[in-house]
Amino acid sequence: MELQTLTYLVVGLTFALYIGIAIWARAGSTKEFYVAGGGVSPLANGMATAADWMSAASFISMAGLISFMGYDGSVYLMGWTGGYVLLALCLAPYLRKFGKFTVPDFIGDRYYSQTARTVAVVCAILISFVYVAGQMRGVGVVFSRFLEVDITTGVIIGMAVVFFYAVLGGMKGITYTQVAQYCVLIFAYLVPAVFISLMITGNAIPQLGFGSTITGTETHLLDKLDGLSKELGFAEYTSGTKSMFDVFAITAALMVGTAGLPHVIVRFFTVPKVRDARISAGWALIFIMFLYTTAPAIGAFARYNMIDTINGPDQQGTLVSEKPQWIQTWEKTGLIKHEDKNGDGRMFYSGDARNEMTIDRDIMVLANPEIAKLPNWVIALVAAGAIAAALSTAAGLLLVISTSISHDLLKRNLMPNISDKAELGYARGAAAVAIMVAGYLGINPPGFVAEVVAFAFGLAAASFFPAIILGIFHKGMNKEGAIAGMLAGMVFTIGYILYFKGIFFAPMAENKPENWLFGISPEGIGTLGMLVNFVVAIVVSKITAPVPQHVQDIVEQIRYPKGAGAAVDH
Amino acid sequence: MAFESSEQAKSYWRENVSLMLKLLAIWFAVSFGAGILLVDVLNQIQFFGFKLGFWFAQQGSIYVFVLLIFVYVLKMNQLDRKYNVHED
Repeated sequence: MELQTLTYLVVGLTFALYIGIAIWARAGSTKEFYVAGGGVSPLANGMATAADWMSAASFISMAGLISFMGYDGSVYLMGWTGGYVLLALCLAPYLRKFGKFTVPDFIGDRYYSQTARTVAVVCAILISFVYVAGQMRGVGVVFSRFLEVDITTGVIIGMAVVFFYAVLGGMKGITYTQVAQYCVLIFAYLVPAVFISLMITGNAIPQLGFGSTITGTETHLLDKLDGLSKELGFAEYTSGTKSMFDVFAITAALMVGTAGLPHVIVRFFTVPKVRDARISAGWALIFIMFLYTTAPAIGAFARYNMIDTINGPDQQGTLVSEKPQWIQTWEKTGLIKHEDKNGDGRMFYSGDARNEMTIDRDIMVLANPEIAKLPNWVIALVAAGAIAAALSTAAGLLLVISTSISHDLLKRNLMPNISDKAELGYARGAAAVAIMVAGYLGINPPGFVAEVVAFAFGLAAASFFPAIILGIFHKGMNKEGAIAGMLAGMVFTIGYILYFKGIFFAPMAENKPENWLFGISPEGIGTLGMLVNFVVAIVVSKITAPVPQHVQDIVEQIRYPKGAGAAVDH
Repeated sequence: MAFESSEQAKSYWRENVSLMLKLLAIWFAVSFGAGILLVDVLNQIQFFGFKLGFWFAQQGSIYVFVLLIFVYVLKMNQLDRKYNVHED
């Protein structure tokens, strides 16, 4: 069957599955709509959390980035999994015992202050905005490839689909839909990885194949890649180019940010028991592990196959007249370009002056099965998986943005007297504005999908994480300290990112290591922002009024599980 | 007060925090330690076709993270029962 028809078919079937489950589950209970995971086993909740968590950045962008970055790509692998350890050990059980639905609620109550709540709401909205902007680019890449249009049209189609999906609403909140989405996306991720691992190394398990020898030779794949990289003027695949300090800072920002992301934390508020909050994080990480340990294998395989098909087996360059099919199809999206600089009628890819190729890193996971000439149904499956990953997260974030603005910010703060109907209107309006901004950033991306998403994590690390940790582990932290800390961390981190990245205006300084503060890139600056937050919070709390006794008693109570009630909305 | 005495509450919290810090030390050691700070040293060692430091950064640390969470859950459930502050 024709690839495009097959893609429509597979994507259509998976959508029918999600909608079917949504209708079936909704008929069963309307409470599910709000309390995702209520009465659901920690196993199913873990799977749903994994689907919620793994977005376009994980599915589409990450392996591609690793494939170009080699060792440096490890920041995403360790950063986005290690955060779950922090979440399970330091946050989830206590927040669950506290028994509120959202992070701003926790901040507002623990710090007995409406101002603290408002600051937290604004931080949550900013973080979600940056996160969703990263997703739009990913959605755009998928649609542009499979509808064979350029990337701008792809992003616009993606905007329409996400908006429709988010307004349909609820679907995101239904745990079983997300369980289905997890199954689709992990199957779609593993199938091509297994095929390609078999083709290159003869080992069916990508996690092992990645370290094996290339079929028919005595050379290990990674050694081969190191050699090829050197020959072509790149850094060694297993070494990378980032400084050790920057790798450390980015990894820390992503880990801590994971533990501070509002839409992830929320999942642990709604499990039935404190015990379940602990184990849910464990199950979620197991399900995430399957994708995250496969990703670096895909990255290495893709790198090898890509260089092999472009430069040819003899490393002389493939003739333009024999251009592989995958390059021809991806050229239509404008995400891959060839310019025959030396006029020899051949393509050549390298890290030095000989290079003639421009390749967008975000295409690698989608192009990978095509590069390896896998059957069409596998390519169609990958498209369906990518759409599932991007849509579930983007729609979820849009809901966070629109409810934060309409409910937390307007209804509970600025305009307490608005009607429910007006509130809903503002929610829709906020979603529409969010989509427009995200779409603009999707068309003019400040970086690759996973990089943009990394900024969202930096912001979460610099704002929420210290406020929550201090709220649990430091009884003496008062509202003045928490508010000053969050503001300082957030302003510092946003300022630094804008200074180098611009986004809506020209950057004020060139984004290169010589200009960076202590050699920390904008992706890693959240780590420093977090430290700023901690220091400011502690200093300010020392010189302002002590914490009231009743709040100290609350902190005592959240430290043990007994007596945890169901989560309540205010 | 769910605890029999405030000493009990203090020692429960102390044990909880000490378990957490021990597990976080391992968490730090496998990722920031083996995967980043010591990566060049460990890369001298070959491990199933991988350089060991590289393997920790892209595979090993993730497996250890999963183990850490399950150990924590197990130990905390025991601790909750010991001090009689478990649910139900």
